[in-house]
Amino acid sequence: MRGQKHILQNIDWITVILYLIIVLVGWVSIYAAVYNEEHSSILDMTQNYGKQLMWIGTSIVLALVILMIDAKFFSTFSYLIYFLTIMLLIGVLLFGKEIAGSKSWFQVGSFSLQPAELAKFATALALAKYLSGIDKDFSRFKTKIVAAFIIVFPALLILLQHDTGSALVYTSFILVLYREGLSGNLLVLGLIVAILFVVTLLINKFIVIGTIAAIFILVYFLNKTIKKRVFLLIGAFILTSMYVLSVDYVFENVLEQHQKKRINVLLGIETDIRGAGYNVHQSKIAIGSGGFSGKGFLKGTQTKFDFVPEQSTDFIFCTIGEEWGFVGSFILIVLFLALLIRLIFLAERQRSKFSRIYGYGVASVLFFHFTINLGMTIGLFPVIGIPLPYISYGGSSLWGFTILLFIFIKQDSERLELL
Amino acid sequence: MNRNLSERKYVVIAIFVIVAVIFIVRLLILQLFDDSYILSAENNVLRKVTIYPNRGRIYDRNGELLVYDEAAYDLLVIPRQVKELDTVEFCHILNIPDSVFKMKMKKAKKYSRYKPSIFLEQISKQEFGYLEEKLYKFPGFYVQTRSLRKYNRPIAAHTLGYIGEVNKKEMKADSYYHQGDYIGKSGIEKFFEKELRGKKGVRVVLVDVHNRQQGSYKNGKYDTLSVPGKDHYLSIDADLQAYAERLMQNKIGSIVAIDPETGGILAFVTSPTYDPNLLVGRIRGKNFGMLMHDSLKPLLNRAIMGTYSPGSTFKPVQALIGLQENVLKKSTSYVCYGPATTPIRCTHNHESPLQLQHAIEQSCNPYFWNVYKSIINNPKYRSVEEAYIEWRSYVMSFGFGTKFKTDIPFEVSGNVPTAEYFNKIYGKGHWNALTIRSLAIGQGEILVTPLQLANESVIIANKGYYYPPHIVEAIGSPDNIIKEFRVKKETKVKPDKFDVVREAMLEVFEGEHGTARWAKLEGVKICGKTGTVQNPHGKDHSIFVAFAPMENPKIAMSVIVENSGYGSTWAAPIASLMIEQYLNDTITRNRLEKRILDGNLISRH
Repeated sequence: MRGQKHILQNIDWITVILYLIIVLVGWVSIYAAVYNEEHSSILDMTQNYGKQLMWIGTSIVLALVILMIDAKFFSTFSYLIYFLTIMLLIGVLLFGKEIAGSKSWFQVGSFSLQPAELAKFATALALAKYLSGIDKDFSRFKTKIVAAFIIVFPALLILLQHDTGSALVYTSFILVLYREGLSGNLLVLGLIVAILFVVTLLINKFIVIGTIAAIFILVYFLNKTIKKRVFLLIGAFILTSMYVLSVDYVFENVLEQHQKKRINVLLGIETDIRGAGYNVHQSKIAIGSGGFSGKGFLKGTQTKFDFVPEQSTDFIFCTIGEEWGFVGSFILIVLFLALLIRLIFLAERQRSKFSRIYGYGVASVLFFHFTINLGMTIGLFPVIGIPLPYISYGGSSLWGFTILLFIFIKQDSERLELL
Repeated sequence: MNRNLSERKYVVIAIFVIVAVIFIVRLLILQLFDDSYILSAENNVLRKVTIYPNRGRIYDRNGELLVYDEAAYDLLVIPRQVKELDTVEFCHILNIPDSVFKMKMKKAKKYSRYKPSIFLEQISKQEFGYLEEKLYKFPGFYVQTRSLRKYNRPIAAHTLGYIGEVNKKEMKADSYYHQGDYIGKSGIEKFFEKELRGKKGVRVVLVDVHNRQQGSYKNGKYDTLSVPGKDHYLSIDADLQAYAERLMQNKIGSIVAIDPETGGILAFVTSPTYDPNLLVGRIRGKNFGMLMHDSLKPLLNRAIMGTYSPGSTFKPVQALIGLQENVLKKSTSYVCYGPATTPIRCTHNHESPLQLQHAIEQSCNPYFWNVYKSIINNPKYRSVEEAYIEWRSYVMSFGFGTKFKTDIPFEVSGNVPTAEYFNKIYGKGHWNALTIRSLAIGQGEILVTPLQLANESVIIANKGYYYPPHIVEAIGSPDNIIKEFRVKKETKVKPDKFDVVREAMLEVFEGEHGTARWAKLEGVKICGKTGTVQNPHGKDHSIFVAFAPMENPKIAMSVIVENSGYGSTWAAPIASLMIEQYLNDTITRNRLEKRILDGNLISRH
């Protein structure tokens, strides 16, 4: 065993520095978003940036604590941590405080804690633990079912809290499963399902079915081998058609009113820049008006005068887009991309299967948040209220993402000892 | 197998990169290729706040303040910001019914849910004081200061005119105006709109999402100051105007009094009239409708829009033309057979034959038929038509048949028929003095306005010239007089011809048989001429022209009282009282005054 003093030598400084830079960018953006002349002290605890400074401080402490804990601790207690988190998720359903329609917060004094943010790393741990078991062969059906259960169970509990956004995050684990042997066809299938959903909402569904039929017939005539499996082709066609026909039903009956509106606005079926589309419209104005180099620090009129709601949390990217322009936005995207690729690189160099799977889990969760959050602010995805990791204001999310990342950094720092 | 799976990292990284590239392309489109967002952001935060200047004040000839601006308040609403409110209390404060509230709210929402629109305009100072205390209860409502015209005395409504909100046509004609701005609609307010309105200023301010002002934009770099409107000084004498309006109460007609030395109008009365304060603020619409539908047409300015036959008041002009044309001498005498005279009978009882002076004094119709005949049949001219054209140009040189085009909007030109007109009616060469004989005594086709008639007495007072009658004397300061209005206009009659006519007009008051001897004013030499104008629609109009004093005249005027009978009964005493008021500043003939003031000549149909 190496001594404690080696920890700082072995950790991946590139990741840590990327983390620190992104957190700093986040704090500066929060400061700009809520800045006003009356409260200019950065330590003002009544303002979001003052509180965030405290969250950053505690996060660094958390990170240091994690780095000092034995790396084996997390793999050993994965299931326990997962279990405790599940308990918290159930607990919040019973004793939680309802904020903005979601019952997902524990209120402690003036601060509130969101267990869903912690459930992400717990799920990643449990999934890694399960799949790294020596006897687990991912090609076996049972393994797949159990893995799916580990992922879906917390997601369902979060869904019960009416926090659809956080629940959707768990779909990101499909990337982890893919890396561990899930058929790539499933990714393609997922993509097709998503595309069909959107297309069906936009065009008459019988035209969609007709087009699909045409494609199937074309495939039948062009592909010699498939001719022998004509029943499979017909079966696939029937399944697809049923799916297309059910989209309307799902859209009308499963989704909630505000979710339907957000999707309609995104697809341009409805233009409601006063109501459901207001956030995105104002967000696009903020980002679009930033131009090439932005309006300058604290000069953003959209953010300064509160035109964008949720601008220090879910819509924090507006502040960056408006005040730092295309240059700032580009740099931020590159920073995130660098972090994500670095994480994949680190994951791949692990000798321990547990560490690798967990590493993929970290990258997938961060990627999902990054994609959905940014996509939402620039009008490419419907409004789904999930934070931009390390940037958005919020203690629970910063803690959650810090723990998520630093457990992996710890694993990585001891990769040579872990098998 | 494992090696194969590790290849999948490239797929995962490729997914990351693809998403990042999509985002960057999207940002390129948003931030670099689409300028509309910059505009939208500015529209979000920049508000142009108009600073309305005070409109110019209006003073009378003695420096008495007649019209000024008083602060008023427009209540604005931004529908999106309106929260649940106590409608009952709100309506109570504003003194409006619930239905009006709903209607105005609907209108505002239709205009814009985000932009402020006027909810209620021109709230008075008193109402505002009450509202201001309670305004905090009604988010979404704001007050903007405007000013209302305030009239110190309820006089000269038609002369001063009124202001109102610009209409679409006015906004199109002049880009200075925007929805909700005020513009002069009539009278002085209309004619001197550009000088009176001043110049609006603009303050560009930043607002937050709740439309709260957050300070000026770029330290006021794009702000402009407002410039107050210029003050206007009228020739109107407020006391005389007020007295004239009192004299005309319960009568239909008009009084126009002019200062012969300048052409400045001293009193400009049309009756019935109205209190100018009625057409100010929120009550304007209601009152305007009421005045509009009044059968006596109080909105009609009879002094410039009413046209009358001048009748006998035209005789001095006829005499002057005859004298200038050398077809009439002071000593020329004609026989009159009274009611039996042809082709025009006489309505007065007097000696015969008689000379010019007595003919004017006693208003002998046959005499002036003879004068007119001698003008039209003057052998100097090759034809009746030629003589008539000459006669017409004389009449026109007195200001009849034309507009003065000074500062009085909506004046009409009246009518002095052209030779072509008669050619058309009777055929060229088929008409003569007899055909158009009514013109001899100011009847027939000739139509004049009270303003033109007053100008006639100015000309006689000045012995042959006039300054175009006008209302505003100076703009900016009392010394800064308007030069265009001080251009002398000569008539075609030479000054030496006027003496006999003036003498005769003095006799109208002073003479033993003078038609206005009952209205004589001791100590002041008034010259005048009565007129009793036949009116196909009812009783004769009582008309009078006068000026005084005879030497260095200070006031010249016309008085018309519709459907009241003889000129000597109503119009002459009114003129005499006006002159007494203006020259002596006091009234001694209380019985005469009482008779006039009590006279109610309005019969409503």
